[in-house]
Amino acid sequence: MYDVDKVREDFPLLREKVNGKHLVYLDSAATSQKPKQVIDAIHHFYMRSNANVARGLHKLGEEATRQYEEVRFKTKDFINAKSEKEILFTKNTTEAANMVMYGWGMKNIKEGDRIVTTILEHHSNFVPWQQLAKMKKARFDVIDIDEEGKLKEDELDKINGAKFVAVSACSNVLGTITDAKKICKLARDAGAVSFVDGAQSVPSMKTDVRDMGCDFLAFSGHKMLAPFGTGALYGREEILESMDPFLYGSEMIRKVTVEESTWNDLPFKFEAGTPIVADTVGMGVAIDYLNKLGMDNVKRHKEEITAYALKRLGELKGVRIIGPKHAHQRGGLVAFELEKVHPHDIAAILDDSGIAIRSGHHCAMPLHLRLNIPASSRASFHVYTKKEEIDALITALEKVKAIFGA
Amino acid sequence: MSDQELYQEFIIELYKNPLNYGTIEAADYKAEMYNSTCGDRVVIYLKVKDGRITEAMHDGKGCAISQASASLFTEHLKGKTLDEAKKLGKEDVLGLIKLDLSRNPTRIRCALLPLDALKKAIKEEKKG
Repeated sequence: MYDVDKVREDFPLLREKVNGKHLVYLDSAATSQKPKQVIDAIHHFYMRSNANVARGLHKLGEEATRQYEEVRFKTKDFINAKSEKEILFTKNTTEAANMVMYGWGMKNIKEGDRIVTTILEHHSNFVPWQQLAKMKKARFDVIDIDEEGKLKEDELDKINGAKFVAVSACSNVLGTITDAKKICKLARDAGAVSFVDGAQSVPSMKTDVRDMGCDFLAFSGHKMLAPFGTGALYGREEILESMDPFLYGSEMIRKVTVEESTWNDLPFKFEAGTPIVADTVGMGVAIDYLNKLGMDNVKRHKEEITAYALKRLGELKGVRIIGPKHAHQRGGLVAFELEKVHPHDIAAILDDSGIAIRSGHHCAMPLHLRLNIPASSRASFHVYTKKEEIDALITALEKVKAIFGA
Repeated sequence: MSDQELYQEFIIELYKNPLNYGTIEAADYKAEMYNSTCGDRVVIYLKVKDGRITEAMHDGKGCAISQASASLFTEHLKGKTLDEAKKLGKEDVLGLIKLDLSRNPTRIRCALLPLDALKKAIKEEKKG
């Protein structure tokens, strides 16, 4: 039995008040709150283990390195990668996409090649490929969505003959869970390299990169209970071996002379400079926390809350829900429009009730243009979200309607 | 002001029934401003004769604050000379909407969007 009240005890910020009201945090797709275990881990690292990693030949340096590298193994297991060498620490999903764009894309994409992505992408999985296509005079094809916000089956043909395919496993606006496994298979059959944006999916459900069959998968720690500035890029070992480094400097080298340099082994070849050590240790604790809850339970809980939100919002007159109808087709989020009221006004009035939601284009402008709406409102959920918080959202939306006479 | 207090009747009224809403086909000056954080968009159109603004319109979509501000601001611009319009600043616009936004920095950006559009129109987009 999933005990959400018990989970909430671990999240100190959820006890805070905002504008004199109890915080109702429904913006977890932007960033999750952090459990005290994670916050304590950062504190402990600086109190007890602080030293630079992979350099000092002293006890403290060894201990810091051990803790840091242990997270690589935890991350490998968390997404079921084959080897820890396939886990590159990054500061976020955006940085990971850029590493692939510069490290793989610049070397392998040639004039006339085709790059394929989808219209439901976050800018971080759209702009790098659009710009790569421009720089290399490659073609840039975008898979469209149907009325429910799911990728159109017949448009998947675009993957035929492509050189590179980028897709999100879960949309940050529509919530749509895509069939990333199928898309990666189509990409593989076409001889294309696949990149999966896992920013929303990795915190929401069990991830298995080998089952998915992707070449790359990226995710951010801060959306999965871990600190800001953490995250990882998974890359299949063979493909990482073939790639050039993107950042040059310390740590990523094997030998440097005045004339030339040679590169370190995986994964260090891609991790130049002193990394974000304490926070990455914090990410390890976040992974432990999620494992203890069980990712299947996390998925079930988010789905239950999403189903409840879909139901309650669906009952509210004037609300138009964007994206798939059923909770099991979604990650833990619901975007919607309220007739005659701009999302910014909704968010502002909700804020008065201590309710935090997101309003705007959620870093997905091509999708909003496709949907022909300037902006939307989004409520998003996590391991700590309660049904009562959805009730509070509905009550506040009724207040918005009253103010606007909508 | 609390956010809720911002939504006074006249703001809601201007949001629902904006003044000077629409386009000017042969505008002498025109510019669009976009607030990428929240998706507000305001376009300002001006018709100018002998250095004086004879017509001012706005269109676009946005929150109640940006739209009410655009209504009041275009109303204010009519009859002003371009030189007078150029001198308009933040305080003038905030004076028009009569809301204390000092504790709502993100909403100040909404309120000032029409002013930003005007500055852009006069500066960059002089036509024919």
